[in-house]
Amino acid sequence: MLEGLLALLPQVIFDGLLLGFVYAMIALGYTMVYGVLELINFAHSEIFMIGAVVGVEVFRYLAPVIPNGVVVLVLALILGAIISGVMAMIVERLAYRPLRARGTTNRLVPLITAIGVSFVLQDLVRLVEGIWHNEFKLQMRLIPPLDGNFTFLTVFIQYKALILILVSLLMLVGLNYLVNRTKLGTAIRAVAQDMNTARLMGINPDVIISRTFLIGGALGGVAGVLFAVQYSTIDPYVGFLPGLKAFTAAVLGGIGNITGAMVGGLVLGQMETLAGTYLPTLTGGNFGTEYKDVIAFLILILLLLFRPQGLLGQVVKEKV
Amino acid sequence: MSLLELKNIHTYYGHIHALKGISLTVKEGEIVTLIGANGAGKSTTLRTISGMVKPRSGEVLYQGKPVQRVPAEQIVSMGIGHVPEGRRIFPRLTVEENLEIGAYLLNDKKLVEERKQIGFQLFPRLYERRAQKGGTLSGGEQQMLAIARALMQDPKLLLMDEPSMGLAPVLVDFIFETIQNLNRSGKTILLVEQNARIALQIAHRGYVLQTGELTLSGPAADLAAKPEVQAAYLGGH
Ligand SMILES: Nc1ncnc2c1ncn2[C@@H]1O[C@H](COP(=O)(O)OP(=O)(O)O)[C@@H](O)[C@H]1O
Ligand SMILES: [Mg+2]
Repeated sequence: MLEGLLALLPQVIFDGLLLGFVYAMIALGYTMVYGVLELINFAHSEIFMIGAVVGVEVFRYLAPVIPNGVVVLVLALILGAIISGVMAMIVERLAYRPLRARGTTNRLVPLITAIGVSFVLQDLVRLVEGIWHNEFKLQMRLIPPLDGNFTFLTVFIQYKALILILVSLLMLVGLNYLVNRTKLGTAIRAVAQDMNTARLMGINPDVIISRTFLIGGALGGVAGVLFAVQYSTIDPYVGFLPGLKAFTAAVLGGIGNITGAMVGGLVLGQMETLAGTYLPTLTGGNFGTEYKDVIAFLILILLLLFRPQGLLGQVVKEKV
Repeated sequence: MSLLELKNIHTYYGHIHALKGISLTVKEGEIVTLIGANGAGKSTTLRTISGMVKPRSGEVLYQGKPVQRVPAEQIVSMGIGHVPEGRRIFPRLTVEENLEIGAYLLNDKKLVEERKQIGFQLFPRLYERRAQKGGTLSGGEQQMLAIARALMQDPKLLLMDEPSMGLAPVLVDFIFETIQNLNRSGKTILLVEQNARIALQIAHRGYVLQTGELTLSGPAADLAAKPEVQAAYLGGH
């Protein structure tokens, strides 16, 4: 039995990698917004979901006219990034900025607002899809070469999975460059560290916050498109669980820490896939694959108990 | 015409009446010091000038123009630099990034580079530490960085809030020498200090602030000679 389990391992790790990259990209949106505003933007799950819906729609309309799946995917990624990014910016402008302008100091208020925005976006998408296609459960229509596959050693690899890994890596490298090497990135970090002093440098925090939502939202949109391509069935509520897990990943890596979000996402992806595969066998069938979600949140709880600042987080002093 | 003029400024924090009708002037080329006990309203005066807090009434005139309603991030671009109390270095940006962010409003990369070099010449210590995170610097180094950072946008008027705070005496002397040199090279300076002795030594004029109100003003030497100033701020008898 052990040999059988070990033989599965490469495949499990590969599948975990896919999931991990999706979590990592969503987690970045949580962590960047938390970094500048100390706000857990729960509506980010829905920004991700909107990306997934955009992905399905682009394939629905363009796959019949453009025969190359890679071209369609690139268009879907661009459109998904733009629409999700702009949506995130709009949410910030309409829901969070007015609270900041009023100087609301109660941290619960923006949090509840974020949850409210989540519901609004879910039902908005449901309404639009309902009117547009008379249904809100959507099915991804993939075309060649995305639906192809091959086997490398013992690992079954779909082309779309390779693309997911490639695009995620590009996005993560690009974001690292943006945050650490550009003027905008330095300004984002400055605002995150000390918003008032940033103003003395001539930085308008509202502009930087807006850009942060745009970037985080665009990453979420890209993650959504890739998620739709990989896992096919999409509805307005599909953001909830991946979003919550990505949030877990962000906390796991140390919320506010960009490298932490990437590491947290990848770690969580592995844990979940490993648990999903091995739990049933190891427990003699007592715990089925469906317990993989429990594992994810169990990790979160244990981590918060023993290392509340996360894997890569630093213990920061309260802002004065 | 004065470079800076405050006319009957009233500033509040909620119900706390922090500035109760402040009027003062700073002429081009001067070092003016504002001295007073802890909580007198010195920092609030500087924050009102740089736009970080808005006065409820009164006027801040800079080069003759009212600026009391201009947001802080735009005041910087008009030529007012603020070295805040407690230095406020960005702790997780490197020394070099701290300087670069000081030049946020400049788009000319060559100019930014030049200004950085000027800062490094002023404080060679910062050059040695350029790749280090701001949070790892000593207090004196942080004060140097805060000054160099404010100089990145080449301000006409420099607001300095307690640059001597927490520094060893040799460093205090060095920082104040630097302030004098900056003034000689053309910067107008409004200096807030609790260390009144040294502030009155380098300043041309001074104001004494007491619980939100100016009680005394005049040439620095005259102020330093006044018995009430000596008793309250110079540790005299
Ligand atoms: N952010 C703030 N909120 C409320 N009160 C404040 C704030 N900052 C300063 N104050 C109050 O305003 C008064 C003046 O403070 P400040 O300008 O910091 O004095 P100083 O710089 O002379 O020590 C004090 O009574 C202080 O408690
Ligand atoms: Mg003060």
